[in-house]
Amino acid sequence: MGQAEVQPQSHTAPLVQVENVTKRFGAFTANDSINLELRAGEIHALLGENGAGKSTLVKMLYGLLAPTSGRILWNGTPVSLANPEEARALGVGMVFQHFSLFDNLTVADNIALVLPKSAKLDSVPALIADIGKRYGIVLQPDRPVWSLSAGERQRIEIARCLLQDPKLLILDEPTSVLTPQEADQLFVTLERLKSEGRALLYISHKLDEVKRLCDRATILRHGKVVGTCNPRNESARSMANLMVGAQISDVRASKRIQGGIRLACKNLNAPSAEMHGTHLTNISFCVNGGEILGVAGIAGNGQSEFFAALSGETQLVNPNMLFLDGKPAANLGINARRTLNAAFVPEERNGHAAVPDFALSDNIVLSRHATGGVTLSGFLQPAKARTEAKRVIEGFDVRKSGPDPAARTLSGGNLQKFVVGREILREPGVLVVNQPTWGVDAAAAAAIRQALLDLAARGTAILVISQDLDELFEISDRICVINGGHLSEGVAARLTTREEVGLLMAANASPTGGPHAH
Amino acid sequence: MRIDLEPRQNISRSRELMAPVAALVIAILLGGVAVALMGISPLEAFRIYFVDPLTNTTDLQEIAVKASPLVLIAVGLAFCYRANLWNIGAEGQFVIGGTVGGGIAILTHNGAYQSVWGGGWILPTMLLFGALGGMVYALIPALLKVKLGVSEILSSLMLVYVAQLILDYLIRGPWRDPKGFNFPQSVPFDAEATLPLLLSSGRLHFGVIITLIVVVIAAIVFARTMFGYQVRVVGAAPRAAQFSGFKSGRLTYAVFAISGALAGLAGVMEVSGQIGQLQPSISPGYGFTAIIVAFLGRLSPVGILIGGLVLAVTYIGGEFAQVSLKIPQDMTRVFQGLLLMCVLAADVYTRYKVHFRIGAGQ
Repeated sequence: MGQAEVQPQSHTAPLVQVENVTKRFGAFTANDSINLELRAGEIHALLGENGAGKSTLVKMLYGLLAPTSGRILWNGTPVSLANPEEARALGVGMVFQHFSLFDNLTVADNIALVLPKSAKLDSVPALIADIGKRYGIVLQPDRPVWSLSAGERQRIEIARCLLQDPKLLILDEPTSVLTPQEADQLFVTLERLKSEGRALLYISHKLDEVKRLCDRATILRHGKVVGTCNPRNESARSMANLMVGAQISDVRASKRIQGGIRLACKNLNAPSAEMHGTHLTNISFCVNGGEILGVAGIAGNGQSEFFAALSGETQLVNPNMLFLDGKPAANLGINARRTLNAAFVPEERNGHAAVPDFALSDNIVLSRHATGGVTLSGFLQPAKARTEAKRVIEGFDVRKSGPDPAARTLSGGNLQKFVVGREILREPGVLVVNQPTWGVDAAAAAAIRQALLDLAARGTAILVISQDLDELFEISDRICVINGGHLSEGVAARLTTREEVGLLMAANASPTGGPHAH
Repeated sequence: MRIDLEPRQNISRSRELMAPVAALVIAILLGGVAVALMGISPLEAFRIYFVDPLTNTTDLQEIAVKASPLVLIAVGLAFCYRANLWNIGAEGQFVIGGTVGGGIAILTHNGAYQSVWGGGWILPTMLLFGALGGMVYALIPALLKVKLGVSEILSSLMLVYVAQLILDYLIRGPWRDPKGFNFPQSVPFDAEATLPLLLSSGRLHFGVIITLIVVVIAAIVFARTMFGYQVRVVGAAPRAAQFSGFKSGRLTYAVFAISGALAGLAGVMEVSGQIGQLQPSISPGYGFTAIIVAFLGRLSPVGILIGGLVLAVTYIGGEFAQVSLKIPQDMTRVFQGLLLMCVLAADVYTRYKVHFRIGAGQ
């Protein structure tokens, strides 16, 4: 692995130099003596797992945080960025992973917000057209933002940055919300920006993308730079090992018991209660015992509504829209569904699957109180809850400090192992999981996927909702796509490709729904 | 200057216990400054406010009697506040409880309705209906919140003034004592309608025992029951409560009902055990002071018991200071306000490290 500095093509002085930058939060060192050079006309990847310190580093480049020590040089001159305005004035633009757009305003309005006060609103469509021509960013100025897909929203963010004519553009996990096709489109734009002599800092953990797009890559682990390389000369595996610092084992599917249908939906319809939410329309599918059905889709296409309808957090009127082990269940609440031997793991660990301030044993009670063992006629049984918590902790190798710590003290990966383990150890007949490994380190993600495969092998029907196509192809028997509240027909994972699934994810891309739709 | 709050990773138990104590000390020091500015010796004031009330049994009984309604109301408020529901209207629920319970005492005055069962039923009925009155009154903001999304903070607070005016109307109108020389007050309660005293001298009454029982029950409910668990989950993480299958609407009714019932019970115990009749004002702001007590006690029943005693001392001490130092009664309110601010600030220091930085972003 190329620890030595790879010489870049151009011989110009670096646009940005990060010199020995350290950032501490109390006792925790998020960035430890980071050195990094960004050159004009280069796409530079910043690689690392969640928590490796990527966000901290770019926040310092964008003036959101100040380094504890070390310095940042811009064209060879040390700069101190007090806030993002100063960073933007210098020529730094940033596209965040989470968009900051006003849903109820149009594309033009949202872009006008970043223009100087003197600019006229009616000049915006011309600006948008101009950007569109130069960079291939297609935007319709009059569309309200809520009616746009994630890819289109991201284009607004990029267009907003480009209006400031940045010399350095930072993109935080830009493809995490895109279909493969939308990502291809984004890469064309990025290549064009590069050819104009701008520097791009591309944050990602998707190694294939980085290999394809980036000229250099800096890899962070535990807040330190562990290597700089030319990704085109490296294999995805060698970079992954550097990122994680260990060999990651592949998950293995074992021989499955194929049982009868354990989870089924028939023409499930559920209007969303949220403004701009997605209505679920005519969803039908079934999952057999021993099978894993993967549900792909871009964020915001009804995944949360779908999970809520399956779990019973949203109760429906017609019981026959959902069957658990053959019993009509759509009108039941989440606890009644749990007593029918179903289990659920929501997407958000902090505040949904677990109460951050509660001890782990108290978090056991959260999803187990209805199915017995931890409560007795209205009273808690703390000793039993602690025993149960210990089983989960040991069974799923949850790393923690102290005997029964608060959930919030666990790292993302460990808390996720805990909330998944809490459900799996119940040996449910049906398991519905939303984003099982979102924001989780690679080792924990592998452990969780293996646990899901093992559970399926014991005869459980599992439905996995995920935006990570690699994950779905790794563990699913069949894959379907949720798009605008519709669910596509499931296809055997062996017989389909990422591209085919991507087309379904993007098909007539704008999510339906919203207040006008009733 | 900029102030950064950095969350503490592990909040030590001792720090959590010490925070209210530190808040009390700082509030006393600040109060001392205020008193000194009025030209009075702070040491003298401290002695009169905080030492003298603790020096003889009569005053200690007074403290218990004053603490009792504060603790009772604050325990009820703890149910609401733990669930992130902000019932600010305990004062009104207290007044309604006193009014409804006191109304029974007035109706049964001079042996009325006692020919069949005697007078033994009167006191329990007063307590029950006082609690029910407070409960129903507290359910109004709960209903508005659940059905219409009305902020319970505003509706519960505004209902305080409605309750006070209802009592005022009744005392000046239909319930005025015909032999009372036109003073706005009801007939004095009979012995059957009065809470029994616990000691031969002093004013310590049976209500204090009821309060202690409520504290013990509430402590068990919070720590050991599914209901207490629900309240804690709803307050700490509403979406997790949904995941747990708890119905937030039902819980809103339940905590408001408990809170209103305890405030109403405190109200009827106050008129029956302390005042002995209804008058236009039956509370020196217990319902509002109890908010301070609830936070001083960190929303835990046992902590509230201690906090209630501390605040009761300031009430008694305030009366002493009024007499011997000519410090206005308002100074007691000022001190209680200071104390609340200090408690809230101490909470921030417990949960966060606070960094003061000069200049931007350094």
